[in-house]
Amino acid sequence: MNSKIEKLSSNINKELFEFANNKGKQEKLYEHLYYSYWTSTTYAFTKNKIALFSLCFLISLMTFTIIQPYLPNQKSPTQIFIDQYTGMQLRNHKPDSEFYFGTNSIGQDLWARIWSGTRTSLLIGLLVGLWQSSVGIIVGALWGYVKALEKIITVIYNILDNIPNTIILVLLTYIMDPSISTLIFAMCISGWLPMARFVRNQIVIIRDREYNLASRTLGTPTHRIITRNLLPYLVSVIMLRLALAIPGAIGSEVFLTYIGLGLPIDIPSLGNIINEGRIVMMVESLRYQLIFPATILSLITISFYIVGNAFADAADPKNHV
Amino acid sequence: MILYILKKLLQSIITLFIVLTIVFFLLRLMPEEGYFGENYEKLDEIQKETILTGMGLKDPIHIQLINFYRGLLKGDLGKSITYRPDVDVVSILKAKIPYSLKSGLAALTFSLAAGIPLGITMALNKDKIWDRIGTGYIVFISAVPSAVYYLFIQLYVSDVFKLPILFNVDNIRSWILPVISMSLAGIASYAMWMRRYMVDELNKDYVKLARAKGLKSRSIMIHHVLRNAFVPMAQYLPSAILFTISGSIYIESLYSIPGMGGLLVDVIQRQDNALVQAIVLIYSSIGILGLFIGDILMFILDPRIKIQRGGTR
Repeated sequence: MNSKIEKLSSNINKELFEFANNKGKQEKLYEHLYYSYWTSTTYAFTKNKIALFSLCFLISLMTFTIIQPYLPNQKSPTQIFIDQYTGMQLRNHKPDSEFYFGTNSIGQDLWARIWSGTRTSLLIGLLVGLWQSSVGIIVGALWGYVKALEKIITVIYNILDNIPNTIILVLLTYIMDPSISTLIFAMCISGWLPMARFVRNQIVIIRDREYNLASRTLGTPTHRIITRNLLPYLVSVIMLRLALAIPGAIGSEVFLTYIGLGLPIDIPSLGNIINEGRIVMMVESLRYQLIFPATILSLITISFYIVGNAFADAADPKNHV
Repeated sequence: MILYILKKLLQSIITLFIVLTIVFFLLRLMPEEGYFGENYEKLDEIQKETILTGMGLKDPIHIQLINFYRGLLKGDLGKSITYRPDVDVVSILKAKIPYSLKSGLAALTFSLAAGIPLGITMALNKDKIWDRIGTGYIVFISAVPSAVYYLFIQLYVSDVFKLPILFNVDNIRSWILPVISMSLAGIASYAMWMRRYMVDELNKDYVKLARAKGLKSRSIMIHHVLRNAFVPMAQYLPSAILFTISGSIYIESLYSIPGMGGLLVDVIQRQDNALVQAIVLIYSSIGILGLFIGDILMFILDPRIKIQRGGTR
């Protein structure tokens, strides 16, 4: 017996078991074996020129809003400028080399106000967007996957969804002082509802697919199924939602300011500045006060939207080569 | 089926009850100054007490709650307190709803009529010029906050076409701008949805089979794809139709349409509890009713869908 096995192993052709030397042409054949999810995602994303441009624009814009106050010759966003000849407030001063975007109706520098407002709005957008997505994903995943929680979360969702946001906002502004943190808190209270519902619907679609059934049969614990089987499948759609939540939050700040529940007027935000511009917009020569902030706001939201969409496309393995 | 409807109905009523009760308590948490508006400083304590008692706000809170539900059962929504003192809530709403309903329905019809063909055109010319223009439009409308483009439409489009910028019921031309502004977002979302649906659907086997049988693309579009596309849409359409009565806050205040748009925000700020309750009741009911009709419609339209018992849906 033993001798036979020895004989067999000695008969093996050793050349067959050497490492293949796949340099050059042959390497291409095996490319798909070295697949890495994030490398492919980055590659697919960089192929989209418009999205890449938007991303660069967003990054440079954010850097600029952060360093803008430290640049030379910058004015305070809340200081009221006085005309040195008349001694009056420098109202509605046309854009020139001194005031790049002109002054508003009480003589504040619109350039400084817009960048300060962009900082505020971006901060609100990022924080609210992140909060909405993280809470939305956690609640949505539990809601969609854990059967025991399904009914109770559905009831809570239906109730919360039907309580008008305005009541909560008005109450909050009574309880807390109107400030950035109040606004963020108010937008966070109910903002996660659509995200939770969306994630839940996605999970319901895929939770009973065969691979999850197999996992469950093998005794994988629930939290592992959710984090390893379900959520990675949803990365692209969740990313899209996350990227859209940021411009969404910026937009709802504008909306809340419009109905009078936004930030106090002494804190510049894009919503406040657009609202100031809206008041004077019927005078043709003063329209710049609306056009400048509206343009900046639109550029920011459009860039976020494009980057989010492109990233969601790139993160979808179906689009990887 | 009937059992399912009954069960759903019961659930909805319970949800409605909880929502109304929560809103009721939230409103009572608001400070008392709110009920007086600008006169707060001028009144002395006794006058304030008298006014509050007159509004029924000095009763213990559970009595107030019971009174509210008793009135509701009789179909009596109460009287406005601060918005238009002593006017019946029903008559206030009756005057406002038609404006929102008419302009909302016009906008919904327009957005369906424009959005669906746009989506179909985009899908049929995928990656060509029309698709790109359409995508640009969709990106713009979805990304830019509506407040911004509404303002620019009112500013510039009214100038170019010499359209009135304020609403007037009898002047049909003054309807054009508000209705178009309201439908822009709808057009974008219907077009985006329709395009995605068509692109997915055109690669499916039944479309290939129909093409193999020698049907014209046109008739495949109309008889097969569009018919199928209507099924998921049927779920959202009832809600969309019902919610037109809530109006659009922006549009109605920009063009001064005396509709429902800003009413909820307005009466919450004035703490007109009876009106807030009534509006919340209406909005929650139409929300629940819309979903409900949507479910039933989908069940009727698509024989493959089975309404299951229990949660999985």
